[in-house]
Amino acid sequence: MARMKFLLDSDRCIECNACVTACKNENEVPWGINRRRVVTLNDGKPGERSVSMACMHCTDAPCQAVCPVSCFYTTADAVVLHDKDLCIGCGYCFYACPFGAPQYPRIGNFGTRGKMDKCTFCAGGPQEDNSEAEFIQYGSNRLAQGKLPLCAEMCSTKALLAGDGEVIAQIYRERVVKRGYGSGAWGWRTAYRETVTI
Amino acid sequence: MSIRILLLFAALLAGTPAFAQQQPSGTPPLADELAIQALLQGNTVHGRVTIPDQRAANLIQPQGREWREFHNVTLAWVGGIAVVGMLVLLTAFYLIRGRIPIQGGRSGRTILRFDLFERTNHWMVASCFIVLALSGLNLTFGRHVLLPLIGPSAFTTVTEIGKYAHNFLAFPFTLGLLFMLLLWAKDNIPNGNDIRWLKAGGGLVGHGEPPSGRFNAGQKGIFWITVLGGALVAASGYMLIFPFFFTDIQGMQLSHMLHSIPAVLLIAVMLAHIYIGTIGMDGAVEAMTTGQVDLNWAKQHHNLWVEQELAKGRGATPPVRAKPTGGD
Repeated sequence: MARMKFLLDSDRCIECNACVTACKNENEVPWGINRRRVVTLNDGKPGERSVSMACMHCTDAPCQAVCPVSCFYTTADAVVLHDKDLCIGCGYCFYACPFGAPQYPRIGNFGTRGKMDKCTFCAGGPQEDNSEAEFIQYGSNRLAQGKLPLCAEMCSTKALLAGDGEVIAQIYRERVVKRGYGSGAWGWRTAYRETVTI
Repeated sequence: MSIRILLLFAALLAGTPAFAQQQPSGTPPLADELAIQALLQGNTVHGRVTIPDQRAANLIQPQGREWREFHNVTLAWVGGIAVVGMLVLLTAFYLIRGRIPIQGGRSGRTILRFDLFERTNHWMVASCFIVLALSGLNLTFGRHVLLPLIGPSAFTTVTEIGKYAHNFLAFPFTLGLLFMLLLWAKDNIPNGNDIRWLKAGGGLVGHGEPPSGRFNAGQKGIFWITVLGGALVAASGYMLIFPFFFTDIQGMQLSHMLHSIPAVLLIAVMLAHIYIGTIGMDGAVEAMTTGQVDLNWAKQHHNLWVEQELAKGRGATPPVRAKPTGGD
């Protein structure tokens, strides 16, 4: 089995937001929910760079560790998923997540949160693969169809890579060696406690 | 802030082609996220986003890891020791000391200790507190204790009902605390008697209970812990009920810490309060049920207050139509 990861090459990201749009369209994500977003650092200044960020599917995921109802599980491909039928919308995963990945629809009184929603690595949820119920709750299950997440597949500059950690790290290494520079695999040390060594 | 941006800029420059071209064959310099994070001194990596949700502009918040450590380790240990430790202490106290009896037995005559409004308010706060405490403890310990017993689906139902109850009961709980402060603050101002009471161990350990007014030093302690601790728990709780309305992610994490630690300590203190008010002391529970306590109980534990009350009775002007003593 592969160890699925995302890798963002910030020297290539042009902040076109196609990954965000692709994700929203493929998974029919409701208004106000952003499973993936592009953050621009040093906007308008020299050294500006953009990073597309979503759930990184961490090793020893913090969301999974703090969930009061233990609704998270890790698949054989090391994708971190959750069961929306068990989620109570307490918001603890958002406090623990280093990447701000969990999202909540706002329902009812005060700041009552609905069931948490986040990037599934286009791998659906605990329902039957590619069933109607799975699509409504979690969106597309491209992994079950033998495809990779659409955000990375759509990326025009191939800044965003998704797939087996070993394979995408090798692609990145070759890039860095060929062009002579690189600013590292964003979030890897936080998510996977490792970085891409050249 | 501008210094940090400059440093970040310097770190990013280290990875630019101009620098790398000087050593094309060697290993290229790598200004990776760790170097940048180190320059940010462990602070949030923050940028700009084109979506309305500005919380999304935080790229990485390393503080989440500290909060995880707090929630899973610190809170679990502090809460576990406070609650289980208090239960062990109370059991030991009961086995050693037993139930504290009324000296000289019951007199059969009673005196009003708490009026109907005081009692109603007490039970409103108490019933809210019990539900708030159980649903709160369930959020921290339920997955280890209750989840294996009743299964994930039933546990989610219980926890979700608990979450709604926790949110809504926060309001009557706070209101009741405010009433308590207005009703009882004047009788809970510390004075010299409290020092004597504390020195003598309050009659809980050893023998002979020092004189005290309406409330003794122990009760005054419970009162101020409830009111001030409750105020802290309520204030931080409202920050959590209205997420991100008043504060950002770090503020939310801090609110959770300032909510949960005082809350588990309050639970431990309330266990002691419940113990001494029911099984721990004969004649105590009536004060909050009928409101009428036995005169001997009152003289034993609150002699100064009894004197005051009786003096009020003696000094009171009888109604005009009341018959004089021995008039019939």
